[in-house]
Amino acid sequence: MQALTTRSKVASNKKMTFVEKLYIPAILGGLRITLNHFFKKKVTIQYPEQKREFAPVFRGQHVLKRDENGAERCTACGLCAVACPAEAITMTAAERKPGEESLYREEKYASVYEINMLRCIFCGLCEEACPKEAIFLTDRIVDTEYVRQNLVFGKDKLVEPINNRIDVSVRETKETREFKTHPGYAHNKLYTKPSKA
Amino acid sequence: MPKVTIDGIEIEVPDGTTILNAARMIGGKIVPPAMCYYSKLKTTGGYCRTCLVKVVQGSAKDPRPMPKLMVSCSTTVQDGMVVQNITSPEVMEARRGVVEFLLINHPLDCPICDQAGECKLQDLGYEHGLQKTRYEFPRRTFEKEDIGDKIKLHMTRCILCYRCVKVAEQLTPKRVHGVMNRGDVAEISTYIKNSIDNDFSGNMIDVCPVGALTDKTFRFQSRVWYVKPMDAHRDCKKCSGKVVVWMKDEEILRVTARMDKNNEVEEFICNECRFEKKDPADWVIEKPTHIDRHSVIAQNHYEDEKQLQLGKFTDPKMIPKAEPKLKK
Repeated sequence: MQALTTRSKVASNKKMTFVEKLYIPAILGGLRITLNHFFKKKVTIQYPEQKREFAPVFRGQHVLKRDENGAERCTACGLCAVACPAEAITMTAAERKPGEESLYREEKYASVYEINMLRCIFCGLCEEACPKEAIFLTDRIVDTEYVRQNLVFGKDKLVEPINNRIDVSVRETKETREFKTHPGYAHNKLYTKPSKA
Repeated sequence: MPKVTIDGIEIEVPDGTTILNAARMIGGKIVPPAMCYYSKLKTTGGYCRTCLVKVVQGSAKDPRPMPKLMVSCSTTVQDGMVVQNITSPEVMEARRGVVEFLLINHPLDCPICDQAGECKLQDLGYEHGLQKTRYEFPRRTFEKEDIGDKIKLHMTRCILCYRCVKVAEQLTPKRVHGVMNRGDVAEISTYIKNSIDNDFSGNMIDVCPVGALTDKTFRFQSRVWYVKPMDAHRDCKKCSGKVVVWMKDEEILRVTARMDKNNEVEEFICNECRFEKKDPADWVIEKPTHIDRHSVIAQNHYEDEKQLQLGKFTDPKMIPKAEPKLKK
């Protein structure tokens, strides 16, 4: 019969010598390797009590940022969803009503914003696509879950709490900071009071 | 029949053709962009200056160049005329300046605007514009005005192309809106808050090159690249009934008129078709609308089976016919 693979080895069935039959040298050899590891530096840590330091570019769970006044920055433009290679992001837009100016930064906002964490590949393209500096990936790890549905994160899990802001300044490059503050960009001006010239 | 050479491509056109229309007959990359000229409406053009071209040879009889850049939408061709559009650095520089001027007062709220993805100013800005504005003064703002329950007016986005005014003038018997005031404070408005409720008033949404006039029934419903455009028709007493329905799953979110290759409306449709017929049962759906593959709307939009199978674009219509040649 023709061999299915060229890498197959013919199993030898040769008889073991007396020393080999005792197994003691082999056992001792194995114990020596185990003992050696007692005196080596540990490669594991006691997670979650101990945590490793992440690289500044680590991409973990997303956050939807609020601006300095606490209003949500996201305006449901859909660019993150169109950039997403895994098609993990869905959203529904809604119009801001009068009196909600402190809640939402722009005229339009995302009434529903969902990221399917099972689909997400944490590539960070949504963060790059965002024109409003609203979505960032943080160094937080997504919690495990038993139910699939709970891993579709809605706005309750994504928008940062107003009293417990999530610092993403390490992820902001000089260009991003300039983008957020430069008066030359139209998005840094708020049209709060329309006046007839 | 005058012969005209545009960017090294020669074409014979009927008498009285404008340079822009001659370029459109050639097609491809050499067509100057036009924000205000609309071939389906009379007396449009000449406001926006984006279609500027350089005439390096006036005609065969008088080969002197025209001293300044010409507006191609209202300059007629003469026999032996030689025109430069994208092959002239001077034209590109001038167009960049025009785009910068158009964007001075434009709010650039594309993430909010429903027109984003099919906006001509967005395309123009992407192609020619600077990333930052050099303008430091506050942008022009207007008091929000309600012009009816079907059409939303965002005056801050308007570039004053006058197309919507011409639609109202030429398509509807009584125009109730127009441009008020002059210069910097000119604005589109309805006369003493008259709401626009004519049968064909909805067409001003389609002719608007920016997001100044948008469909209120589609407002913030979805981004245009998530809806699938499909050619459809129905029996309509008022109009031809030939439209494009924009579908999300089995739902019709928006109805627009069909656009030709110059992004101009083929046949104007009535408001009943546009705003009221949102049930798929009202329409006979023919086929997916042809979308240029460079458009963001072409994302996940498949037009024929061959394309679906091969996963690439084999339509010969998409390959540009003539390439511009640099004159030595």
